[in-house]
Amino acid sequence: MTAAVNPANPAIVTSVSTEPFLQVRDLSVRFSTEDGPVQAVDGLSFSLERGRTLGIVGESGSGKSVTSLAVLGLHDRARTRVGGSIRLDGAELVGADEARLRGLRGSRMAMVFQDALTALSPYYSVGDQIAETYRRHTGCGRRAAGERAAQMLALVGIPSPRRRARDYPHQFSGGMRQRVMIAMALCCDPDLLIADEPTTALDVTVQAQILELLAEVQQEFRTAIVLITHDLGVIAGIADDVLVMYAGRSVEHGSVGQVLSAPRHPYTMGLLASVPRLDGAVDVPLRPVPGSPPSLLAVPGGCAFHPRCQARDLLPDDPCGSRRPALLGGDGGDGGDGHARGEADDGREAADGHAVACHLGAAERVAFARRTVEAKPNDTTRTEGTSR
Amino acid sequence: MTQAEPLLEAVGLAKHFPVPGTGLWPGRRDARPVLRAVDGIDLTLHTGESLGVVGESGCGKSTAGRLLTRLLEPTSGVLRYQGVDITHATRKQLAPVRSQIQMVFQDPYASLNPRQTVGEIVSTPLEVHRIDPPGGRRARVLELLETVGLSPEHYNRFPHEFSGGQRQRVGIARSLALEPKVIVADEPVSALDVSIQAQVVNLLQRLRRDLGIAFVFIAHDLAVVRHFSQRVAVMYLGKVVETAPRDELYRSPQHPYTQALLSAVPEPEPPPGGRREAGAGVGADRIRLTGDVPSPLSPPSGCRFRTRCPRAQDLCAREEPLPRTPDGAAPDHLAACHFPGTN
Ligand SMILES: Nc1ncnc2c1ncn2[C@@H]1O[C@H](COP(=O)(O)OP(=O)(O)OP(=O)(O)O)[C@@H](O)[C@H]1O
Ligand SMILES: Nc1ncnc2c1ncn2[C@@H]1O[C@H](COP(=O)(O)OP(=O)(O)O)[C@@H](O)[C@H]1O
Ligand code: SF4
Ligand code: SF4
Ligand SMILES: [Mg+2]
Ligand SMILES: [Mg+2]
Repeated sequence: MTAAVNPANPAIVTSVSTEPFLQVRDLSVRFSTEDGPVQAVDGLSFSLERGRTLGIVGESGSGKSVTSLAVLGLHDRARTRVGGSIRLDGAELVGADEARLRGLRGSRMAMVFQDALTALSPYYSVGDQIAETYRRHTGCGRRAAGERAAQMLALVGIPSPRRRARDYPHQFSGGMRQRVMIAMALCCDPDLLIADEPTTALDVTVQAQILELLAEVQQEFRTAIVLITHDLGVIAGIADDVLVMYAGRSVEHGSVGQVLSAPRHPYTMGLLASVPRLDGAVDVPLRPVPGSPPSLLAVPGGCAFHPRCQARDLLPDDPCGSRRPALLGGDGGDGGDGHARGEADDGREAADGHAVACHLGAAERVAFARRTVEAKPNDTTRTEGTSR
Repeated sequence: MTQAEPLLEAVGLAKHFPVPGTGLWPGRRDARPVLRAVDGIDLTLHTGESLGVVGESGCGKSTAGRLLTRLLEPTSGVLRYQGVDITHATRKQLAPVRSQIQMVFQDPYASLNPRQTVGEIVSTPLEVHRIDPPGGRRARVLELLETVGLSPEHYNRFPHEFSGGQRQRVGIARSLALEPKVIVADEPVSALDVSIQAQVVNLLQRLRRDLGIAFVFIAHDLAVVRHFSQRVAVMYLGKVVETAPRDELYRSPQHPYTQALLSAVPEPEPPPGGRREAGAGVGADRIRLTGDVPSPLSPPSGCRFRTRCPRAQDLCAREEPLPRTPDGAAPDHLAACHFPGTN
């Protein structure tokens, strides 16, 4: 998508073909806590079209859930400062009044949480909960809403939906509860679905069913989906575009092929190299990312990743500890500036929509990637022959 | 391959829990409903070996781990350590064995006492067993901290000052205090961030090599288990459905459940061409299981996997399949299925 916005001044839109369905620009979320202010999200930008899926990956505490709650306008206003812009189908949500947001939630945008048991009420049958959501947004009658609930339960693959609609959440298994929550999220035909770790609590075989269900729903209703996860495998299976978060910031953003097959940020490269593969070599050590993610109360200066980065030695004068790298190389959707990648980088990359926030130039990055690949325990020739 | 006597051996090991709220159930004792968390499993572990145990939530992995460490007493079956029957050994009889079989738990937050310093936590086993190492307890603890990659200044800190990965290291240091021969690690990396998991896996790998400790490595992540284990056992609803040497199990699984499990693992490889076709399904060539795992309160008759098995036939409902070596498989490859096969 190409909403060519002048990155220096997002207010100047140079060629508006169509504004993306969801457009988040320079989002920041700040909490005041007893220990001091926490900048949980810092300058995040992305856009998403109908029928497409954006995957957001990051470690725990990187700001994924805070981002999704901000889009839905669910943060406690007294303790939270949300800045930047979130536009859904052309309408600004940042600063919109609560009544309006409440109207949008459920009808146009809906959310699926990690833990269905805490998101569903234990006191009402699942059918009543879905019907109530539907009634609230459509004002239709009790009977029609009950009908809708059964229909939604059938859609998400609950056997004997009419009978199961009368059951309570605790009477369902984890996978089925997740289906119920998806049914509830979808009952008003939302255009935007935000799924925050929807399969993290599930087993792999059930996870596969739920991801398939989301893909089917999307195909049928052209739903725009933001899928939040820490699992790169899940991202590979379902996302069109990927945004990698670290310490509340976007560090890499591009198509799923760009980010997973040709990662540009040392953190993304490190994550991909550290996970064992089903066909990787065994009996060689894994390659972890050293150290651990920072506390948001004390985000390292410069590049937030610098204390853990193994590529810093490739740069002269060590800029990483003091200068924060801008997110560059993306198209307008990133708020990055692909065309004006100013400095005399020998390998200047075209604005190919693949943005990265790192001081490494293309040549250094290639050198680092080679170093990572060469030492990468996976896909080497060393496998252990124990059988046949 | 002829093997010496196993270090740890379970034969037909079972744990049935009484169902809460049915304590006053009328009728005979053996007619009361029970939850068959582990229902007759055979496992062997040799010195210095690592045995992986995989399976979905609730299939009995943790219960099996607690039986192997005798934190739980088996309902039936036999458990032997170095040839000695310890199935129903008393507390006193168990004391020397307890120090040799240690457990590392999944949750690095819940498994450490928040009011104890790291030094106190790691030296607890030495105190409990009244062991005075030659250089003193403090020196021994410092040595253990170093072994797991922590530094001496961590000695006086409290668990809340540590990250998840560091806490897991503390738990591992504690499990090493008594120089165990076996460590049962129950999901030791599941609660950790992706970038940290590899650090802990490497640490455990190093302990196995350098100290010759045998591991039972329990996890639901098949790629991690493959990386760590020499042999792998797959559990489903309280039973071991397949065991084989690692490469054999991952290359030519024979049980339909193992096959489904392996094909459901999402790998971080983007689809060909880099972009997903609009609305394309997730991994179309995969084996899809329908439905959920049945309740261990009333497992299906015959083969427990039959309610989800794409290969099920009438026989599967009538007769329970016993573990045996399928045609053409390695002799130490066992599958509990009437119709095993590699596809
Ligand atoms: N003390 C207990 N009393 C009653 N039931 C129990 C007890 N401990 C475990 N169970 C039940 O036994 C079954 C197996 O549990 P277990 O904890 O061994 O599963 P698991 O394979 O480790 O699962 P997970 O992957 O979720 O950790 C489950 O149905 C569980 O609810
Ligand atoms: N209501 C809140 N008040 C203060 N801090 C918060 C609040 N919600 C989240 N945070 C902090 O913001 C950071 C990002 O949190 P979150 O988005 O939940 O991370 P994740 O990426 O794991 O979803 C964390 O450090 C978290 O502790
Ligand atoms: S900016 Fe520097 S520290 Fe940050 S990722 Fe790039 S090389 Fe590493
Ligand atoms: S015994 Fe029958 S139901 Fe069980 S796994 Fe084999 S084929 Fe499937
Ligand atoms: Mg979260
Ligand atoms: Mg468990």
